[in-house]
Amino acid sequence: MKPAKDVGIVGYGAYVPRYRLPATEVSRVWTDGHGGVPVEEKSVPGLDEDTVTMAIEAARNALARAGLSAQSLGAVWVGSESHPYAVKPTSTIVAEALGATPQVSAADWEFACKAGTEALQAAIGYVGSGMVDYALAIGMDTAQSRPGDALEYTAAAGGAAYIVGPREHSLAYLEGSYSFVTDTPDFFRRAYQHYPEHAGRFTGEPAYFKHTVSAVRGLLEELGYGPQDFAAAIFHQPNAKFPQRVAKMLGFSQAQIKTGLLSPQIGNTYAGSSMLGLTAVLDEAKPGDRVLLASFGSGAGSDAFSFVVTDAVAERQSLAPNTQTYVARRKPIDYALYVRYRRKLVMH
Amino acid sequence: MIDVYIVGIGQTNAGEHWDRSLRDLGVDAMLAALQDAGVGQVETLYVGNMLAGELVAQAQLGALLADWSGLGCIEAIRAEAADASGAAALRMGYLAVASGASDLVLACGVEKTTDADSESVDQAWSSGMDGEYETSQGLSMPAVGGLLMRRYMHEHGVGREAFAPFAVNAHANGANNPYAMFQRPISIEAYAHSGMVADPVGMFDVAPLCDGAAAVVLCAADRARELAAKPVRVRASAVATDRVALHSRTDPLSLQAAHLSALKAYAQAGVGPHDIDLFELHDSFSVMAALSLEACGFAERGHGTDLGLDGEIGLQGRIPISTMGGLKARGHPLGATGIYQVVELAQQLRGEAGANQLDCRLGMAQSLAGSGATAITHILEA
Repeated sequence: MKPAKDVGIVGYGAYVPRYRLPATEVSRVWTDGHGGVPVEEKSVPGLDEDTVTMAIEAARNALARAGLSAQSLGAVWVGSESHPYAVKPTSTIVAEALGATPQVSAADWEFACKAGTEALQAAIGYVGSGMVDYALAIGMDTAQSRPGDALEYTAAAGGAAYIVGPREHSLAYLEGSYSFVTDTPDFFRRAYQHYPEHAGRFTGEPAYFKHTVSAVRGLLEELGYGPQDFAAAIFHQPNAKFPQRVAKMLGFSQAQIKTGLLSPQIGNTYAGSSMLGLTAVLDEAKPGDRVLLASFGSGAGSDAFSFVVTDAVAERQSLAPNTQTYVARRKPIDYALYVRYRRKLVMH
Repeated sequence: MIDVYIVGIGQTNAGEHWDRSLRDLGVDAMLAALQDAGVGQVETLYVGNMLAGELVAQAQLGALLADWSGLGCIEAIRAEAADASGAAALRMGYLAVASGASDLVLACGVEKTTDADSESVDQAWSSGMDGEYETSQGLSMPAVGGLLMRRYMHEHGVGREAFAPFAVNAHANGANNPYAMFQRPISIEAYAHSGMVADPVGMFDVAPLCDGAAAVVLCAADRARELAAKPVRVRASAVATDRVALHSRTDPLSLQAAHLSALKAYAQAGVGPHDIDLFELHDSFSVMAALSLEACGFAERGHGTDLGLDGEIGLQGRIPISTMGGLKARGHPLGATGIYQVVELAQQLRGEAGANQLDCRLGMAQSLAGSGATAITHILEA
């Protein structure tokens, strides 16, 4: 898929909160220290952080790299599975805080971990149609996990913002995108539930792998590329193993996914996951690099994109804090503080 | 009693069938067996299944599968003996033919464990134990495997490594079985470094619960000669039981039901352990493999693990076991397992075992329930 007008990423920004819960803390409390851990540690938002606050900072980083004023934005779209309200948009708060209102489209997006890339997919169409000059697409989450559940090791917080604009202004232009979805309920949460449910191994082969592989193969076939044509590839990262395995299945090397693989250090940032991997890759990208981004959202589906980095990248990378700066900025906490920060223990 | 023959076999892959339902799998196996037998209709159907009620909310499997496989309004009933339900269905089918009650019988084992999360499945699997005295107190099937293995190691003075050959042998054979869940060999190092499930039971000491279905067509001698190029004769079919709770057994490290069932089977067939060319035993746990070999007279008490260490359980050994992967590598689709064991024996006896082919005439299959309170043994002859 490609819009009529050539478009690309004109600015990008990351955000990861500073607190870290080591996976060994989770196993200390729940399994007496036994068993392996799927990541080293995960990021935890502070008491005064949520999807809104984090989205605003990531968006400001993106605007800085784009060299744009917020008034130029024609859309502010936020994808998350932890919007603070079930009804009342995150995106209007973000738009207002940035100074993008009132003549702007604001909307909240939802599709589990691919809510952000959905917004990106739509932003490409919005700008590519000529309806707006610039559109902001954000994937951001403060994921909640049931205490003692396997997902507690990895459910983390963070994400990224992308401003889509004309190719001439881009630091990476879009070659094409592809979306693949089926009705596969591998992970879900009803509105009245606090924690999600998941079906164990069902989220593997019939969900993550089937949809990621199908979207990527669809994109590569449309564009006529093979894995060897890419400098880097970023996959959705619920843990360390899944992206490593899907890379192998698709013929990408572990070296190609290394820069964009952040989950071992920060856990699974859900709607932010693959989008943060892309900011990490863009931070170090060289002109001419071709980059594959493939998200996965439970429910289920995958969005795949091929970008080519332009000469403009070098002057934009340092205009905002880079991804590794956020990753390295860490303050470890123990399970008790984590319980307090995530409001799992409420005194009445 | 009339002599009973197996004239058709069928099986699905054992594994995780996300896109097939319980009835899909059952119908697949049944139609495969009917086609193999060259018949389009049977008189009676027995279905072996353990957990369809708990995990799939489906009872009355006899009628359901008779209907869905196009067999119409025949006699159809489900047989249940926990993990040995498949063998129980075969036992009922055997009796129907042997008694003259039915001329052509289909026995199908079917199970779907992947439609529920693993905690629910483990809990349901544990319903084959004593509910009031074991599971209500927190004991589970994995834990029972751990208790037995720990006791075995203590009483018989062996370490974990003595059990490695059971897993290594099963996976080596499973690698050549296209229907097996796991078709990759494993090394002794992998066994030694595996994570624990219920110490000392490691990942490779316990068979994977999974989905699958297998079926056999049974009939008497004259019909068998008409239908099959290589009918397989059921020389023995024997069931014995024991106290369900492990703590109520006379000797927890002696599978008395397996022993009695084997003795009855040997007597029916007029043979002894030395006549058996291969043994599809119930390796739900590696310790159960060792105990089964001891109970059935292939090793003295406490020396079942020696057969593994001495290489006697491999395809070249004195008593090959798990010749198509066993429960460990082919998989353990609970109520279907008992029929898979017999299908695999039939493949061996018919010369259809491919790379794992043995030169064999007499094979034994034994299915155990829970921690061994029901044992169903069949001896088949080429």
